[in-house]
Amino acid sequence: MARYLDAIIAGFGGQGVMLIGNLLAYAGMKDGLNVTYIPVYGPEMRGGTANCTVVLSEEEIGSPIIHSPVSLIIMNRPSLDKFQPRLKDGGLNIINSSLIDMDLADANRVKCIAVPCNEIADKLGNTRMANMVALGAYIQATGIMELQPVIDSLKDVLSERYHKLIPANTEALNAGAEVAAKA
Amino acid sequence: MSKQPERIFVKGNEAVVRGALAARCKCFFGYPITPQNEIPELMSSEMPKSGGEFVQAESEVAAANMLLGAGACGIRAMTSSSSPGISLKQEAISYMAGSNTPAVIVNMNRGGPGLGDIGPAQGDYYQSTRGGGHGDYRLLVLAPATGQEAYDLTIKSFDLAYKYRNPVMILGDAILGQMKEAITPWQPEGIDDEAGRDWALSGAKDREKRLIKSLYLEEGALAGQNKNLQKKYEDMQSYVEYEEFETEDAELVVCAYGSIGRIAKSAVRNLRKQGHKVGLFRPITLYPFPSDALLALAKQGKKFLTIEHNLGQMVDDVRLAIRTVADSDFAPIYPGNLPIPEDIEGPVLEWLEGK
Repeated sequence: MARYLDAIIAGFGGQGVMLIGNLLAYAGMKDGLNVTYIPVYGPEMRGGTANCTVVLSEEEIGSPIIHSPVSLIIMNRPSLDKFQPRLKDGGLNIINSSLIDMDLADANRVKCIAVPCNEIADKLGNTRMANMVALGAYIQATGIMELQPVIDSLKDVLSERYHKLIPANTEALNAGAEVAAKA
Repeated sequence: MSKQPERIFVKGNEAVVRGALAARCKCFFGYPITPQNEIPELMSSEMPKSGGEFVQAESEVAAANMLLGAGACGIRAMTSSSSPGISLKQEAISYMAGSNTPAVIVNMNRGGPGLGDIGPAQGDYYQSTRGGGHGDYRLLVLAPATGQEAYDLTIKSFDLAYKYRNPVMILGDAILGQMKEAITPWQPEGIDDEAGRDWALSGAKDREKRLIKSLYLEEGALAGQNKNLQKKYEDMQSYVEYEEFETEDAELVVCAYGSIGRIAKSAVRNLRKQGHKVGLFRPITLYPFPSDALLALAKQGKKFLTIEHNLGQMVDDVRLAIRTVADSDFAPIYPGNLPIPEDIEGPVLEWLEGK
């Protein structure tokens, strides 16, 4: 089976969902895949979520816009309400359990992994890295690529003034991956 | 051409800029409007580095007239905007067509009519392919579906503008402009920076004066000019590009262009998995329109369903192309809605059920 993944990554504006979407797609390109990333805006903007769609594929990518994805990274409650019903049966849902009650996870229909992103990021010293924790868990759970190309891509995706945070972001990616490995 | 293996991850807007710079575009005149702002933004930093000029004009009208001026001087020049801004540029575009002035105009189509919204749409197909301004003229219209095509076709647009001495339009949409994708940049060889040497307003020292104009008051002059334009548009017909996907055994061919074309490709793949004999015909040049290729498919007995992100515009050209043997049905995706493969699969399945 050719490598293929599509994902909607959603959360509050400011949680860094666009950043990890960019990072995921960029790392996919570095890992030899075709990739698309599209920030979804317009009518989708209403309803309290910022979100983006990423497609990773060994084959040529048709639509960069996906209604029913095979995977989700969900950073807040409104995003769960909006996107979980659209997740394909048997799909993967990475849920930020720091902000979302896991009772709301549709565990019978899709594979849900609880990742306490904010708590882990807080422990690592910067709550703003919750997004990286989620992405680390996502990479581990999907196995779409190793974590290394993602780590290697940080220097290209983060603007230079944040490069001092690359070690901390790397730690956050690893911490997320550990959670998913145990799930 | 030398292909560099290194891929870059860029928005379609950036791909257009990178392509223009590779094609040695030397002047850019812009005015901000979403969803194409990355084009002037990047041009403002990159154009000076390559020895060119970036001007943020006082309006779209001014930017388009600056483009006319640069083109008349034989300078490889470009402007970009989105639907409402493109409407404002139409007067100068008509003048450029009327005075055989080469130029490249990028339209990242957004929702309309009026101010519409900032999302994707294809409502400007008529405006692009029928001229857009007053008078009887055509632009060459290229419709990229991917970041790579945005890069490649932008390079090509400069060659075409000078080959035919005609304005060329790159017609994208908000999806193409805002989506990031991996593309492989390449550097074209053999660009002739002096392509306008025989006609451009380059300073009349040691030569006869030249005049570039669109006003023809002398008896017979305008008729002559229109005849020349007609001849030029006929010559352009040999330059068509299109993509056929899974059409060989297809019973139904979906016709779609630009971003909707690539979304339709996903739909065709999904429908094929369900056993439906469906294919895709994607015009890449919208003017000239790939009529002969469509007619060839029609003569094989295939049926057609045109799907656009508008209320039905390109379908006219599809129907004209195949009119002697077939017809095309149409399904709209309404501007304001974000198109998804299901928007194509739905109408196709309905068509297959109702046949």
